[in-house]
Amino acid sequence: MSHYYFLPHQRIDDMLDALKSDGYNCVAPRHHDGAINYDTLNKASELPWGFHDEQAPGHYAVKKTDHQHAFGFVLPTTSVKPMLFKAKENVWKVARNEAGKLAFEPIVEFDKIAVFGVRPCDLRGIEIQDRVFMGNSYNDVRYVKRRENQFLIAMNCTKSHSNCFCTALGDSPQADKGFDLAMTELDGEGFVVEIGSEKGRKLIDQLNLVASSGGQAQKALARIEYAADGQRKTLPPIKEVEAKLMANLEHPQWDDVASRCLSCGSCTQVCPTCFCHTERDEPNVLGTETNHTREWDSCFSIDHSYTHGDTYRAEPKYRYRQWLTHKFSTWREQFRTKGCVGCGRCVTWCPVKIDVVDEINAICK
Amino acid sequence: MSAHDKLFGLAARPKVAVHKFSSCDGCQLAFINDAVSLLELSTLVDVVHFAEAGPLDEFAEVELAIIEGSVNTKHDIHRLEMIREKAKYIICIGACAITGGIQALRNYTDAKGLLEWQHDVYPQDTDVIIEQDLSTAKPISAYVPVDFEIPGCPITSVQILHAVRSILFGVEPEKNVDSVCVSCKHAGVSCVTVAKGEPCLGPVTANGCEALCPSLGRGCYGCYGASKYANLSAMKNQLREMGLTEQQITHKFQYINSQDAGLQGE
Repeated sequence: MSHYYFLPHQRIDDMLDALKSDGYNCVAPRHHDGAINYDTLNKASELPWGFHDEQAPGHYAVKKTDHQHAFGFVLPTTSVKPMLFKAKENVWKVARNEAGKLAFEPIVEFDKIAVFGVRPCDLRGIEIQDRVFMGNSYNDVRYVKRRENQFLIAMNCTKSHSNCFCTALGDSPQADKGFDLAMTELDGEGFVVEIGSEKGRKLIDQLNLVASSGGQAQKALARIEYAADGQRKTLPPIKEVEAKLMANLEHPQWDDVASRCLSCGSCTQVCPTCFCHTERDEPNVLGTETNHTREWDSCFSIDHSYTHGDTYRAEPKYRYRQWLTHKFSTWREQFRTKGCVGCGRCVTWCPVKIDVVDEINAICK
Repeated sequence: MSAHDKLFGLAARPKVAVHKFSSCDGCQLAFINDAVSLLELSTLVDVVHFAEAGPLDEFAEVELAIIEGSVNTKHDIHRLEMIREKAKYIICIGACAITGGIQALRNYTDAKGLLEWQHDVYPQDTDVIIEQDLSTAKPISAYVPVDFEIPGCPITSVQILHAVRSILFGVEPEKNVDSVCVSCKHAGVSCVTVAKGEPCLGPVTANGCEALCPSLGRGCYGCYGASKYANLSAMKNQLREMGLTEQQITHKFQYINSQDAGLQGE
C-alpha cells in the first residue's frame, strides 16, 4: 500500500497554493443557494463541509450536517463538461477590412484549471468526450487546449445517491484512470491519495506528503465498496442492452415514455457525454462584423433533426428513442465506448421524473 | 414564398415605423434602451414614426412596421388596417401583439365581470373601454396578416436588434424554438422545480429570456409563449403532482399568453 499517500484536511490549502503557484485556477464543488456545483476555490474552508445531497427522480436537495467531510455529498449538479465544452462560446469572428475583404479570426480561449474533486463517473465522461473532440478525424482546438491545461484530482465515491447506476454499467465508484491524483476522503482526517500521472507525482513530492498507513488505505477501499454496495439500480449486461434497444425500435414503451416526456432537453444538457451543438451568428447592428457562436444543442429540440427541408423526428417518441438508442447502443459503433457513465443526472434533473434505467429495463425485458 | 424571396428587394435604406396598440410600452423601451445600437441603426434606416422616441408620421409608407400591443377597440382596427396598407412587412413584438397579452384575460369574462375588473384596475370611472366597442383583446394577426413575430414580455434589446439586422440582411429573423430548460442549463441555473419545488412553465415555454426568472429562483411564467413542441398534458400532470389545483393550473396558463394556441387544450 506504499503507493498511497495521505493529505490531511489541514493541508488542502497547501495543495491549492501549490497548484495556484503553478498557474492553475482551482475549481471545486461548492455550496451555493441550495445546490453544490463547481466554482473557483480559493481556500479549503469554502468546500461544502458537512453538506449532503439527496437525489431522487426529479428531486434534488442539500442538507447541512455535523459531519467533518468536504465530500460527503455525492455529485455536483453539473459535470466537468462545461469547463471543456462550454455551453456557449464564440468560436470565430469575421469583419470586413478596409480593402473590403472578409478577415476571419479564430477565437480560442482557455485557462489552466485544476479541478479538485471529480467523481469517477465524471472522469469517465471526460474520457468519452475525448473520443468526440480529440483523437478522431476532428479535433476541437478549444477542447484540446483545455484538456492539455487541466489538472484532474479525482474524488472516489464514499456514498451513492439513489439515482447512481455506474455499477449497473459495469463501472465502479473508484477512479481507475484519466486522473493526475485520485483521492478518497476519510471523515475527520483527510484523503488517501493515489498518483495517476507525472504531474500528480510532482505535486505530491512538492507537498512532501507521507505515505498513508495500511489502515487508512484499507478504510478508503472499504468506503468505496460501501458506495458501490449502496447502488440499487440494475441493468442487463451492456452488450444485451445495446442489441435489444435496436431490436425493439417499435416497442410500445417508446409511446408510453413520449406521453410523459416534456421533450424539454434537460437530460441532454446535464449529461456529461452529450456533445451536440449548434452554431449561430451574432452580427453587430451595422452588419460589418459578426461573432460566430457555438452552443449546446439537444436531440430533444424539434429543430435538431431538421434536414433538407424536413423534420425527421417531429414526434417526441422518435426524439426520445434517438437519445436512448444513441446513448446506449449506437454510441459504441461511433466512438468505441459506452455513451453513458451512470451519473444519474438525467434522472435527477428530469422535471417529470423519467428514469432512464426504468425505461431501458422496460424495453429490454 | 420562402423568407429569402419575401425579403428580396428591400430598399437599400428602408423606412421603419414603430406603432403602439394596447400595451405597457416595455417592448418599445427594449428598443430604445440600447441607445447606442439604435443610433447605429438610424444610419441604416429612416425611423419615420416612433412616438415613444420622437418622430410622428403614423401612416407614412414604410418597409417595416414594428407593432407593439393588442387590438382592443374599433379605432385600433381602423389604425391597424391603415398601417397594413402602408407597410411592406409587419413585425409584431411582444406578447400583447402576438397573443393579445395579459389584457386578453378579459376575453374570459362577460360585460359585468369586465366592469368589476375595470374598477379593480382603474381607481376612477373610465371610458377606456367604452360600450359598443370590441368585447375582446386580440393579437394583431387576428385582424391583418403578420410577417414576423418576436416573442417576449417584454422582448429584449438583443432580440429586436438581431431581428431588424436579420431583415436588413434579407434573412428571416431566427425563432426561439427550444424550452426555457435549455437556457437554464446553459446558464448553470439549477432547475427550480427539481431543487426548490417551484412550479415552472419552463419545459413548455419558448426560450429567449436567458432564463431570467429561474435564475432568480422563480418558476417561469411563460412570457415567451409555447415552445415549438409543448407537451401540455405532461406539464399539467407535473403541476398536479406538485399539489396545484385545477384552477391554479388554469390560471398558470391563462396569464401572459392566455390566447396562445400552443398553451391551450390537452
